[in-house]
Amino acid sequence: MKAFAQLFLSLDETNKTNEKVKVLKDYFNSVPDTDKMHMLGLFTGRKPQRQFNTTQFRLWALEALKIPAWLFEESYHVVGDLAETIALLFPQNNTGGSSKTLTEWIAEINDLTNCSEDEKRNWLQHAWEVLDTQERFVFNKILTGAFRVGVSQNLVIKALADISGLDATVLTHRIMGNWMPETYTFKELTQAKQETEDISRPYPFFLAYPIQETSEKQKSPEDLQEALGDAAEWQAEWKWDGIRAQLIKREGQLFIWSRGEDLSTDKFPELHPFMHELPDGTVLDGEILSFRNGQPLPFNVLQTRIGRKNLTRKILEESPVALIAYDCLEYKGEDIRNKTQSERRQILEELQQESAYPSIFNISPLIQFNSWEELSEIRDRSREMIAEGIMLKRKSATYQTGRKRGDWWKWKIDPLSVDAVMVYAQKGHGRRADLYTDYTFAVWDGDNLVPFAKAYSGLTDAEIRQVDNFVKRNTLEKFGPVRTVKPELVFEIGFEGINKSNRHKSGVALRFPRILRWRHDKPKEEADTIETLRELLGE
Amino acid sequence: MPLLEFTDKGIYCDKGKFYIDPWQPVDDAVITHAHSDHAYAGHKHYLAHHLSREVLKYRLGDIQLQTVEYGETVFKNGVKITLFPAGHVIGSAQVRLEYGGEVWVVSGDYKVEPDGVCTPFEPVKCHHFISECTFGMPVFQWKPQLEVFNDVNNWWRQNLENDVATVIVGYSLGKAQRILQNLDLFNGSVYTHGVIENTNDALRRNGISLHPTERITPYTPKEEIRKGIVLAPPSAVGSTWMRRFQPYSFGYCSGWMALRGAKRRRAADRGFILSDHADWNGLISAIDATGCEKVYLTHGYTATFARYLSEIGFDAHEVHTLYGDDESITAEAMPEETSPQPSPEETSPRPSPKEREVDEDNNKALPSGEGLGGVS
Repeated sequence: MKAFAQLFLSLDETNKTNEKVKVLKDYFNSVPDTDKMHMLGLFTGRKPQRQFNTTQFRLWALEALKIPAWLFEESYHVVGDLAETIALLFPQNNTGGSSKTLTEWIAEINDLTNCSEDEKRNWLQHAWEVLDTQERFVFNKILTGAFRVGVSQNLVIKALADISGLDATVLTHRIMGNWMPETYTFKELTQAKQETEDISRPYPFFLAYPIQETSEKQKSPEDLQEALGDAAEWQAEWKWDGIRAQLIKREGQLFIWSRGEDLSTDKFPELHPFMHELPDGTVLDGEILSFRNGQPLPFNVLQTRIGRKNLTRKILEESPVALIAYDCLEYKGEDIRNKTQSERRQILEELQQESAYPSIFNISPLIQFNSWEELSEIRDRSREMIAEGIMLKRKSATYQTGRKRGDWWKWKIDPLSVDAVMVYAQKGHGRRADLYTDYTFAVWDGDNLVPFAKAYSGLTDAEIRQVDNFVKRNTLEKFGPVRTVKPELVFEIGFEGINKSNRHKSGVALRFPRILRWRHDKPKEEADTIETLRELLGE
Repeated sequence: MPLLEFTDKGIYCDKGKFYIDPWQPVDDAVITHAHSDHAYAGHKHYLAHHLSREVLKYRLGDIQLQTVEYGETVFKNGVKITLFPAGHVIGSAQVRLEYGGEVWVVSGDYKVEPDGVCTPFEPVKCHHFISECTFGMPVFQWKPQLEVFNDVNNWWRQNLENDVATVIVGYSLGKAQRILQNLDLFNGSVYTHGVIENTNDALRRNGISLHPTERITPYTPKEEIRKGIVLAPPSAVGSTWMRRFQPYSFGYCSGWMALRGAKRRRAADRGFILSDHADWNGLISAIDATGCEKVYLTHGYTATFARYLSEIGFDAHEVHTLYGDDESITAEAMPEETSPQPSPEETSPRPSPKEREVDEDNNKALPSGEGLGGVS
C-alpha cells in the first residue's frame, strides 16, 4: 500500500508527461505482479466491490474521530473530497504506515462481503488508525469507489509498453473488457500472443479531434480547405448526441459497452433482437439515442433512463432507444479496423440492409456535399437535426485508437448563449477546493433575477481569482456553503441545448452550460431576460 | 466601552488613542509584525518590536518608528502596552494592553512550534484574547518541522543527483529565513531572489545572524546555481526569472499544501506543508493557555472556529478585519510610492509591492473574517 500511495502522490506532483511515465515504470518495476494488475484495475475503473455506503463511511469516521458532525461537514466543504477529509482528520501517526501490499488490502476488502456490519466497522476504523495520511487517502478512494487519478490511460499504457516491449495499441486493447485483477495475470497481459481471448472485449474507441475549441475561433471554409485539403476525400455525417457505444456479438452472446467502458448490455433491451440477428463475430460502433417515430429525440429524453436500476415498462415506452451505427470494427470474426473508412462503411451498409429491424438498427446517413462552403451551410442546420454538429472522416482512414489528430474531426455547432448575472457562488472541488469557482447565474424577469444555470468552467485561473475576491467582498448571505453575492458581474453563458423543465424555477434546463467569457463591458441591467431563454426554447 | 474596538480602520484603543495593525492611515499605530496586511504605510507614528525595525523601514520607507524589546513597557495615555513574542516571523509580537486591571492581548499572527529562527511564542494570561485562525479547521495538523526539512533536504539531494536545479518557494519575510536556517548547507550554496535578499539584508542590519546567501544577478552562472538551491518568493513562480534555471524542480512551502486541491493549483513539483501559523491543535492550546474570558477571531475560518470554541466552553466571537486577505485589497491600501528600494537586479521580475509583501499563507485567500462579529 505504501508503494501505491507513493505512486499516487508522485503522479499528483508532476505535470510532466515524461516524469509521470517514469514514476509509473518505477512502480511497475518495484511491486509484485499481482499489485501491478490491481493497480491497472484501479486505474481503468475496476474497483473492488463496494462494502459500505457513504453514510456508513461518514458515520464510522465521525465515531472514531470524536468531533461534532457539523465540524466534519465543514471540514468536508473546505477540502472538497470525502476521502481526503477523513484522511486529514485522523491524527498523524508515527507507526510508519502499513506493510501490507495493495493486493492484500484489496483481498481484505473483498473478504468483507460476508462480514457483519460490526465487523466491517471495526475493520475500517482499525485500518484508519494504522495507515498514514497519504495511505489513508488512497485507501478511502478505493473504498468509496471514487478512485480517479491524475494520469491518462495512455500514459499507463505507455509505461506498460516500455517495460513489456509490447505495442501500445495491443495493450490498450488487452486492458479493455471484462477482466478482473484477481484472475487476469500480468504474465497473460504481457505475453507476446494471448491464448485465451475474452469474447466480451471491446476495441478501444476512435475519438474525433475538435476542429474548433471555442466559438471565438470560428473556422471558415477556407480554413478547412487549408487544414483538411480536398472536400472529396472526406465523408461527413451528423454528430449525434447520445451514448457512444460498441455492440458486440460473439459466439452467440451479446455485449454492449458504453464509451466509459461500462458493460451496459441489459440497459438497452431494445437493441437485443437485431443484435441476435447479426452474424457471429460482429462489432459495431455507434450512438444509442432515444427515438420516436423514426426521429431522434434530444439527449434529455435519454437521460431520464440512464442510471435507472430498473427499466420499467413506462420508461421503455416513454424513451425507447435505437442505434445509429457509425462503423463496423469486426466482421465475421475478423478485426477489420485496418480497412479504409469507405470499405468498412460498405460492410456496415450491407449488414444494415440485411437487418429485419431497420428502425432500430439505423445507420448514420452520409451528408452529401461538394465543397467546404456547402458543408458549412449544412452545419448551420445541425440543431434542426437534433445533432451537435458534423463529423468528418477521411475516406481512407483506418479505425484508430483513442483521440488522434488527422483523420477524424468533430465540427460542433456554436453554442447558444445568453448574458447572465452571477447571483450565487460556491467553492469548487479538487484542484479548486479553496476558491469560489462554482457559480449560479440568473436572467431578468421584470425586476427580479431568476437563477437558471450553474456553471463551473470557462474562466482562466486569473479570472477565477478575481471573481473569488469579488465573492468574498460582496457576500450578502450565507446558506451553508453557498453564498448569495451582490448581483453585479455579468457573464456570457454558453450551452448546447435548452429544454423545458419543471424542476427549475426558471422553467428551463440547459445542456452543458459553461462560461464563454466575462462581460466586463456590460452592466447588470443589460443582461438578458427570461424571454430570451423562452425564445430559444421555441415558445 | 471596551478597551478595544473593531473599527473600519483597524483595532482601536480609545483610552490610549492608538490603533493596532490599522489598515487606514492613523496617527498612532502599534504593529504586531511587518507583513503588509498588518503593517500598512501612511501612519504618523509606529510602535513595533526592535527586530521589525529594519524590515519596516525597508518596506515602508522613512517612517517615524519607536521600537521596544519583548517585555518592555510603554504607556500611551495611561494604557500599559507590552510586547510578547508571537513566534510567527522575526520581530513578530503579541500586544498586551492593560488598563484599570483589564488585560487584552492582540496576538497578530502566531504559531506555537518553535522554528529556531524567531523568538518562540509565549502564552500571555489575559481577559480578552484576539486571535487569528488562518488554519482553524481540524484538517490542518502540522508535522514537526524537523520531518518537513528532512523531506526538503532529501528532495534537494535528489535534484543534485538528477542534475536539475532546486527552487524552493516561500514568502520573503519569515518562511524564507526559516527555510534558509534549516537547509543542509553541506549540499551546496543558497542563492536568493532579490526580494528575499533585500529582506535578509534588512534583518542582518538588525543584527540577525543568517546563513550565508548569494543574491542572484544576471551574471550568476546557471551551472553554479544548479549545484545549490534557489530561494524564491511566490511572485517568482512562473516568471521568466525562474524559467532561466531550467531544468528545475520547484517546491512550495505553505500550510495550504496540506490540501491536495491547493497543491495541484500551484502546480508545484513538491508541496511542503510548512506554515508560520498555528494549526488546529496549536490554536486551541494557545487560546486555552491565555485563560481568557473572551476570544475574538480576526481572520481565517472565523465562523467555524468560533462555533467550535463556543461548544467547548469559550466565549468566542468573530470580528471583521482585513487581515490575511488576498493581494488586491492590500494593493489598494498600499500607495505606489511606498514601494521598497528598487531591486538591484534589472532582469528579475519586479513584483509589484502588493505581491511581494503579503503574508505567506494568507495571500491566497481562504475565507477571511466575514460578517461583523459579536463586538459592537
